[in-house]
Amino acid sequence: MSPLLAAAPLPEVLPAEGVAGAAWLLVALPALGALVLFVGGRRTDRWGHLLGVATVVASFVVAAVLFAGSLALPAEERVRDLGLYEWIAVGSLNVEFGLRIDPLSLTFALLITGVGSLIHIYSVGYMSHDPNRRTFFAQLNLFVASMLVLVLGNGFVTLYLGWEGVGLASYLLIGFYTGRRSAGSAAKKAFLMNRVGDVGLALAIFLLFVELGTTQYAEVFARAGEISPGALTAITLLLLLGACGKSGQFPLQSWLPDAMEGPTPVSALIHAATMVTAGVYLIARSNPLYDLAPTGQLVVTIIGAITLVIGAIIGCAYDDIKKVLAYSTVSQIGYMMLAVGLGPVGYAAAIAHLLTHGFFKAGLFLGAGSVMHGMADETDMRRFGGLWRHMPVTFWTFTAGYLALIGFPFLSGFYSKDLIIEASLTAGPVAGWVFAVATLGAAGLTAFYMTRLMLMTFFGPERWRDLHPRRIDPADLEDPPEHYHPHESTSSMTVPMILLAIGSVGAGAFLVGGERLGHYLEASLGAPVEPYDVPAVFYVGLVPYLATALMLVGAGTAYLLVGRREVPVERPQRVSLPVRAARADLFANAINEGLIARPGIWLSRALVYLDNRGVDGVVNGTAAMLGGTSGRLRRTQTGFVRTYALTILGGSVVLVAALLTVGGLGG
Amino acid sequence: MSALLLALLLVPLIGAAVCGAMATREDLDRAGRIVGLASAAVSLVLVVVVWSQFATGPGTPRFQFALSVDWIPAFGTRFALGLDGIALTMIALLAVLVPVVLAFAWADKLPPGRTGSGFTALILATQGVLVGVFAATDVFLFYVLFEAMLIPMYFVIGRFGGPRRQYAAVKFFLYSFLGGLIMLASVIGLFVASDTRLGEGTFDWTALQGMAAQLPLSTQIWLFLGFFAAFAIKAPLVPFHTWLPDAGAEAPIAGGVILLGLLDKVGTFGFLRYTLPLFPAASQELAPLVLTLAVIGVLYGSLLAAAQTDLKRFVAYTSIAHFGFIALGIFAFSSQSLAGSALYMVNHGISTAMLFLVVGLLIRRGGTSAMTEYGGVGRVAPLLAGMFLVAGLSTIALPGTNSFISEFLVLLGAFPREPVFSVIATVGIVFAALYMLWVIQRTMTGPLRGAAVVGDGPGAASAATFGGDTGSGAGTGTGSDADESWMRRTTARFGDLTRGEVAVLAPLVALILVLGFFPGPVLEVLDPTVSATLSEVGVPDPVTPNGVPR
Repeated sequence: MSPLLAAAPLPEVLPAEGVAGAAWLLVALPALGALVLFVGGRRTDRWGHLLGVATVVASFVVAAVLFAGSLALPAEERVRDLGLYEWIAVGSLNVEFGLRIDPLSLTFALLITGVGSLIHIYSVGYMSHDPNRRTFFAQLNLFVASMLVLVLGNGFVTLYLGWEGVGLASYLLIGFYTGRRSAGSAAKKAFLMNRVGDVGLALAIFLLFVELGTTQYAEVFARAGEISPGALTAITLLLLLGACGKSGQFPLQSWLPDAMEGPTPVSALIHAATMVTAGVYLIARSNPLYDLAPTGQLVVTIIGAITLVIGAIIGCAYDDIKKVLAYSTVSQIGYMMLAVGLGPVGYAAAIAHLLTHGFFKAGLFLGAGSVMHGMADETDMRRFGGLWRHMPVTFWTFTAGYLALIGFPFLSGFYSKDLIIEASLTAGPVAGWVFAVATLGAAGLTAFYMTRLMLMTFFGPERWRDLHPRRIDPADLEDPPEHYHPHESTSSMTVPMILLAIGSVGAGAFLVGGERLGHYLEASLGAPVEPYDVPAVFYVGLVPYLATALMLVGAGTAYLLVGRREVPVERPQRVSLPVRAARADLFANAINEGLIARPGIWLSRALVYLDNRGVDGVVNGTAAMLGGTSGRLRRTQTGFVRTYALTILGGSVVLVAALLTVGGLGG
Repeated sequence: MSALLLALLLVPLIGAAVCGAMATREDLDRAGRIVGLASAAVSLVLVVVVWSQFATGPGTPRFQFALSVDWIPAFGTRFALGLDGIALTMIALLAVLVPVVLAFAWADKLPPGRTGSGFTALILATQGVLVGVFAATDVFLFYVLFEAMLIPMYFVIGRFGGPRRQYAAVKFFLYSFLGGLIMLASVIGLFVASDTRLGEGTFDWTALQGMAAQLPLSTQIWLFLGFFAAFAIKAPLVPFHTWLPDAGAEAPIAGGVILLGLLDKVGTFGFLRYTLPLFPAASQELAPLVLTLAVIGVLYGSLLAAAQTDLKRFVAYTSIAHFGFIALGIFAFSSQSLAGSALYMVNHGISTAMLFLVVGLLIRRGGTSAMTEYGGVGRVAPLLAGMFLVAGLSTIALPGTNSFISEFLVLLGAFPREPVFSVIATVGIVFAALYMLWVIQRTMTGPLRGAAVVGDGPGAASAATFGGDTGSGAGTGTGSDADESWMRRTTARFGDLTRGEVAVLAPLVALILVLGFFPGPVLEVLDPTVSATLSEVGVPDPVTPNGVPR
């Protein structure tokens, strides 16, 4: 953030040529899959899932070929634009529909199609009993296509297309079990909170248009210096609002845990590995803007720090295995957000953590899905216990993800999280300490809640032996089985879990070691800055030891509190205030409800009243007022023509009065 | 060339006359409908030809395909027609929607004593008059047609509508007619002004536009208000909107599509064609007022839409919100916002038609438009629910659908000059998501409820989109104790979309997606007219290729 760290100018954008010219296939393949499955309808039921898998795998192959092509080029030639056609052109506005092929977008494309392929394959088995499996794959393909548009678009409007596209896919997939009321509510909540963020993104685009007359990356980033400082701060803050909505960051975090209503593969792909990291992508992509806006960067780091702490705290309180993982995701994305707000010292760290997290969190979710699959869709960890004997592959792959997440030495999370903690020490004399305490403390909490999860699920007595499976939702049509029969899942599910486990173990060492990732991303994010080379609040070399120590403390505490005691099947109600607060999501929902939802409902009711009585001026109010609310809304109008004449007159009077006022003010 | 335009006007009117002649004979019902579809098909072909010949290059005249003959020489009024880009797109939209609604209405049973020919005649008459309204280049002719278009629509609502159709039809007529009368005062005022300033009284649009710069502001304001009254009622801006929910709720579905999708657009079309070019100084002076009403409309319409319990009224309120966006774009005076509004008029026509038709298909099955009588429709009629979703996403302007382009252009274009109004309206996109998703949640997803459980079946309920007694609660039940065979039985009774119904909706779905990704051809047609309008208002485009000049 100091002038010393100002990034060197990014390389010039060149037109895409050679294999890069086929980059549109990346998006077109899954989009075509979605189209065929949506339009084909039931006729495609028998083979729809296979088409879904095939398009994403093919897309992954394309991404790999492009990546290889990119590696073969010298660093300063790796940023390419593939213009496809003029999308929206009016006056001075010219929005091109095109793709940006550069190290950052290709890294994301590999993550999306790679993890996406594995999760598509997993879903073939996971969704095999679902009559709507074909719809599921259509929506999942739609998601992959939209997500690829998001990261590959070559301007902010194309990004916006993908941005809302993934929002739609996420909405559909969270609400996939349409019979459940809770799924419908969760889906709606996710879309609405995302749209709040989208308002920020839209306004940022408008401001860019005002300042520069363009919204294409190439021009915006090249001319970022022309933007007035005030506008630049506004733009960066508005982009951050968009990022908060999409990535479940404070204060828009509460939709993400609710999104666990969706099928578990969806939680793994969309709500852990890819879509929710789009906010981090947005800020990393906009690095030329943020590098010039220190206030914007500072707010990003603060939001990240707040989120990573509250996510970790709440994660300790839940008994629902998916919700613990969801809050863990909130917290881990907080880490990435903090890092990406730190500027050149943190960009590569953020992306590294994003990738490793993509592996281990997707693996953990698939593991959780495998557990649910074997446990009649139960998610309450209090009803689990001792499952390691019954599902060994799930257990071992889950363990790999668990160790990676808590930062066990030399596994993925250890490298990438350490990079972030190290970078946060350089944030300045005060902020550096605050961030150090937050990141290290949350690392300890992470070890606590994940160890608690492991102990409750896989170890201890088999509490499910004496229990009967429950109906997950009152509206479910199928009766639950009489007893739990935990079993290992089929190979189409376990193979993706194994592959992700390998990534969880090795990805960190590969990407971070030798700074492979940092150097590759240089063309997109500028030259990486080493935390060792800039002033830090204490010696950066201590971080791995401190983090490991705190990890052991957290895990040890969990062992003492959970592992050595009996876990009650019923949730204890008499708990201390902090636990109660954490269980209530630190009152986030209560605040949303009180500040937005309730006033909104009252306002809308008041307006209906006004519309029927004030504006329409109808007479029989008294009777309607005595009626119920719904009656009140409907039976209001009697059809006296004179009232309408009167209304027109009234409207005109108001209009004239307003005119006089406006005229008076103007004169 | 001008013969093509004349044909566009006459074909539907002749079709209407033929159908009208058959209207009293119930045995000619089918023949009448076929004549109607044939007429609509000819119109569509004509529009395609006109579109292909429409010039968009630099230096093209303000009006193409122009045609002018003496009408009432004593007033100097002429029967003058011509097309600019905005008029052409509206007429094209008309030509697309009329066959769709006629095809939709085909499957409906009519109220007793009414014939399909009669209904077809009214729709075609509306089409013919609307072509005239959009193509008129003589202000008096415009006024006459503006009032004339009320007549067929009055009968569409009053004879074919729901239980409160009489009430709604009278309300619709009175509101619009009163607005028209106020406009008449301004039309005459324009004539008088031209008499003193040009030496000879005229209703010719081009001559009057040339005079605009000479009119003092105070005169312009008075004349502006006359036109504004008519257009603000027609396009409904809050607080002149209350006729619309009633008219929308009581109109038969097919008529409601024409009402919401096209007839109302005459209001915003009037802003673009008449108030802005003829009263440029007044338009600038009063822009803050109109913009205030516009953003109030966006938020007010959305919040009220969210609170509705009747599906047809819900669609009407969403339209009020959309008209707010259109008015915002028009009075923000930038090339993006104006083009956005003009495109919005087309897109709103498509998306509202789609939404209203899907609601109609739902009513055809459930026999009522009360939301409380539906729930979990997606489980028994997934195709229907999918179509509702597509219509809904287009309504809330999701990127990838047609409406996104126009809403984005309006908000982006309004931002440089009117940042406060633009920001407030942008917040409206959250409200839009709220009302749409809430309705989807209440009707399409969740546990089975109401008509979806014990459907009345297509036969019993098919009169519902054409009058019939709404509100007959179809039965109760919950899905919790249901089993497989029961599900199959319900599906058979409630029924998903038929092939024919899918075919009616398919062109709209295609337009929604194609215009979402390739709006270029439409924007190209609109572009010269938008530039001309902007220069007639006399304000520079706020954003240059390098941003706002400092």
